[in-house]
Amino acid sequence: MTIVRHEPFPDIARQREADRLGMAVFLASEAMLFGAVVMGLLALRSFEPASFAATSQRLNLVAGSVNTAVLLTSSLLVAIGAEARACDRQRLARWALGCAALLGLVFLAIKGSEYVQEYGEGLMPGAGPKQDFATPGARMFMDGYFVATALHALHVTIGVAMLAGCAWRLRGDDAPSTVAVENIGLYWHLVDIVWVFLFPVLYLSR
Amino acid sequence: MSRAGLHDARPEELAPLQTEAEAASYLGGDTSLRAWLTTTDHKRIGVLYLIAITCFFAIAAVAAALIRIELLTPQGDLLTAEGYNRAFTIHGIIMVWFFLIPSIPNVFGNFLIPLMIGARDLAFPRLNLASWYIFVFGGLFTLAAVIFGGVDTGWTFYTPLSSTYANGNVVLALAAVFIAGWSSILTGINFIVTIHKLRAPGMTWGRLPLFVWMHYATALILVLATPVLTVTLLLVAAERIFGLGIFNPALGGDPLLFQHLFWFYSHPAVYIMVLPAMGVVSELVPAAAHKKLFGYWFVACSGLAIALVGFLVWGHHMFVSGQSAFASTIFSFLSLIVAVPSAIKVYNWTATLYKGSIALDAPFLFAMGFIGLFVMGGLTGLMLALLAIDVHVHDTYFVVAHFHYIMVGGAVTAFLGAAHFWWPKMFGRMYNEAWGRTSAVLIFIGFNVTFFPQFLLGYMGMPRRYHVYPPEFQTLHVISTAGAGLLGLGYLLPLIYFLYSFRHGRPASANPWAATGLEWTVPSPPPEHNFEEPPVVIRAPYDYPLSHDSSLR
Repeated sequence: MTIVRHEPFPDIARQREADRLGMAVFLASEAMLFGAVVMGLLALRSFEPASFAATSQRLNLVAGSVNTAVLLTSSLLVAIGAEARACDRQRLARWALGCAALLGLVFLAIKGSEYVQEYGEGLMPGAGPKQDFATPGARMFMDGYFVATALHALHVTIGVAMLAGCAWRLRGDDAPSTVAVENIGLYWHLVDIVWVFLFPVLYLSR
Repeated sequence: MSRAGLHDARPEELAPLQTEAEAASYLGGDTSLRAWLTTTDHKRIGVLYLIAITCFFAIAAVAAALIRIELLTPQGDLLTAEGYNRAFTIHGIIMVWFFLIPSIPNVFGNFLIPLMIGARDLAFPRLNLASWYIFVFGGLFTLAAVIFGGVDTGWTFYTPLSSTYANGNVVLALAAVFIAGWSSILTGINFIVTIHKLRAPGMTWGRLPLFVWMHYATALILVLATPVLTVTLLLVAAERIFGLGIFNPALGGDPLLFQHLFWFYSHPAVYIMVLPAMGVVSELVPAAAHKKLFGYWFVACSGLAIALVGFLVWGHHMFVSGQSAFASTIFSFLSLIVAVPSAIKVYNWTATLYKGSIALDAPFLFAMGFIGLFVMGGLTGLMLALLAIDVHVHDTYFVVAHFHYIMVGGAVTAFLGAAHFWWPKMFGRMYNEAWGRTSAVLIFIGFNVTFFPQFLLGYMGMPRRYHVYPPEFQTLHVISTAGAGLLGLGYLLPLIYFLYSFRHGRPASANPWAATGLEWTVPSPPPEHNFEEPPVVIRAPYDYPLSHDSSLR
């Protein structure tokens, strides 16, 4: 499997380093995107600790915990897939990435069922059959919850598409390069890490 | 060749329409529109940006003209209050996000960074083209917002005005800025990776031109601050579309949170505008003085310091927003600190001029204009950073004058300085030097006549964003509007003589200013692949005078 050298680079090693660095810088940017949301939530928690804790209790902790396990497992699979690609074990890489993408879908399904449940309980701000917020702080918490998790779910969706595409292309001769697989993996790990922050801030602050 | 007479741009005979050098350069080859719109050549993309931002500048300048004409009289006779709000909002949004932020980085940074570090292109050429398309796409949203009746929130989109009360095309404008932000992020990533990974052999960090250093610092801000704006605008849009209440106090939200998030981006954004300008001036001053730049590492590190400390001063926009006195004191202190690296740069440029053999060419006149106006803007910035004075002049014309001194007097003047300095390199033609100098002087005078009276107005209590005002302010407003006329003429002139130079300009040599830097070692305009052979750098930066080495001529 040869990697195509693109125009500006003197050699492939440099190109590989550049691809990796480009992804790392992009992830730094993504971290700031979620950083603003997490900081906003933490600010709310310090201003309104009582409403924050009370509303946090109304979230589905079981679903959140299962989702955490699902996402962490998928990250493990992605790491295995990237290593397998580096060792030229295409079949293993394909299966690992494919399963990781499936787990991503499982995550989205569970998240969706949570949204349905919250819609029914009157916890979705401005939507649903009723509105059931004890305090303005409770509504603010749910606002933050929906913004943070929806933004995260958008990233999961993009990640699933990339993992699935990557697994699909690993079938044939036009397999993505090791650095491409690793970069997609890095993106998936970021999605995972963001959840690792969101889960305790939203679900465990009870 | 002696330096005297070098710049007499009056051609003895009509220059050919396309010289051989141009035909062999990036401007030659396939010149169809399709080839230009699908190019991945960083030089052509730089030119595409130049065209796009010039159009946006013109639109925003028309809005500024409306504002200044309205303010000629104390009554509101040209515009209604609503129309006036829309005029200054469009002026602000377009000037900030569609001219100033992309101006120097995306035109000159794109064009020059690979040439300056000895690379054939940026690290991700297709991403570079994509970022231009994203930028133009965002621009179309802005134009749509204007055409459908405008926005009246001010460029700052403060909540709850923008989220609850404003009834213009706020979502369109938010989308425009949101989209343009992604273009910024992609450019930032491209610059950082290029500067890390594509430097030519021998181009160590200590030999990087300061233009490249300043763009590195800028790229860090682009990548780390822009996403915060992205998410903030997303929240405002969600509030308008889905009825979330993050910034709505009636629903438990906090409008001040918006100001924190917005200024967390928008204060560093000022440094996105001014750091590249500092990079430009750091090139122009040694080239004009024909001396090594004084204190290379001080200038380089102070740029990084500005980028870092710039992230920690946003609260100085909120001294009267009810934040705690303790927070205000800390932010005031940090805002004073951030002036130190800026002052270091000014001292270094001045020290570079000391005992230099200075050529008073147009680019240098612009650089001098920058230094003067930037110092003025910086010192009034220190006044604003002090709590007591800020309470007095908050939301007055004093603030308007201050940030125009930095953003227009600083960044736009440096942009024009860069345009005059690198024009021969970019297009292979000399412009008319006499007109260049005229324009530089005219802009300096016109700028001061426009904005200095606004310091006085603000100190006397004229609030910003009002289209009617007490009659005692009229004299100063008339002077300001007259200055704006001069300034407009000063901006129009370069457009004319630059376009004229395409056809009638004398062909430029590879190094018309006898300057150091790899970009001057390649023909003007540069060939498509920049360097025939990968260059090897063996000289320190700003290794003046050039006389001992003819290879750079």
